[in-house]
Amino acid sequence: MNQKPLALKILDLVSMLLLLAAAYLAIVVAPTEKVMGDVQRVFYFHVGTAWVALIGFVFTAVLSVIYLITKNLKWDRIQVAAVEVSVVFFLITIILGSIWARPAWNTWWTWDPRLTTAAIAELIYIAYFMLRQGIDDPDKRARFGAVYALIGGLSAPITFFAIRLFRTIHPVVIAGANAEAEGNFSMSGDMLTAFFFALFAFTIIFIDLFWNRIRLGEYQNEVEERKLKAAY
Amino acid sequence: MFFQEITPDTSGYMIAGYATTFIILAIYVTSLFLRQRNLKQDMDMLAELEKTAEKPAKPVTKRGKKK
Repeated sequence: MNQKPLALKILDLVSMLLLLAAAYLAIVVAPTEKVMGDVQRVFYFHVGTAWVALIGFVFTAVLSVIYLITKNLKWDRIQVAAVEVSVVFFLITIILGSIWARPAWNTWWTWDPRLTTAAIAELIYIAYFMLRQGIDDPDKRARFGAVYALIGGLSAPITFFAIRLFRTIHPVVIAGANAEAEGNFSMSGDMLTAFFFALFAFTIIFIDLFWNRIRLGEYQNEVEERKLKAAY
Repeated sequence: MFFQEITPDTSGYMIAGYATTFIILAIYVTSLFLRQRNLKQDMDMLAELEKTAEKPAKPVTKRGKKK
């Protein structure tokens, strides 16, 4: 494996600092929401992680198309990296949502359209790895994975639009209001700063982890090839 | 909670939320590091095997002693 590029080392450091700065803005700078109290502060990380995870899922669908056209396994490795990092971020989104729901809705979980579609999306991508585990041939594994991720990519827009299309208690904070929502609130001043900074920070953190994961995939491939060479 | 006039104390949930985020990210970064370390060990072992395979075998005498 090549030495870690300087740009990636800098990005690692910047990502760490951005995460701490985003936490500082959300916990210290942003004002306390009057109705919900401090728990509303998880909203900044909840939306930030959801944003990158859903974009990541759509991106994997795009990578599927590229792989199916080019048949180059490099795109398969990039896709695996994108799915893995997105799954981690979406897991954080779901857990934060559940923590917020406990005081706001008086329950950890409810089968609301948004929560249900989010849980399905996460499970679809966890199953993606299970599918890949069951196939030995690299080309077949990549092809099946690409087709699966292409269809699975539909879950991202469905999850995003669930609160806009169905009757739900999940608030629509960005670009819309929901009369049925429990725990709705409007943002202003420092809240907006913390919100947009969190979006920016998680985008950079995602890129950093994604880059690291792609490198790991390349290294994995290198080791596999060398193992095959050693066997014959 | 929406009918009460004072802001409720939900800081415990907030702490749980942020702790969860940091813990999950830390676990993921650690997993990346460990996987990379294991691959490096595999690579070193393969390099060692290749080096051993490249060395010519020493001829053996009838008594079983190496020349």
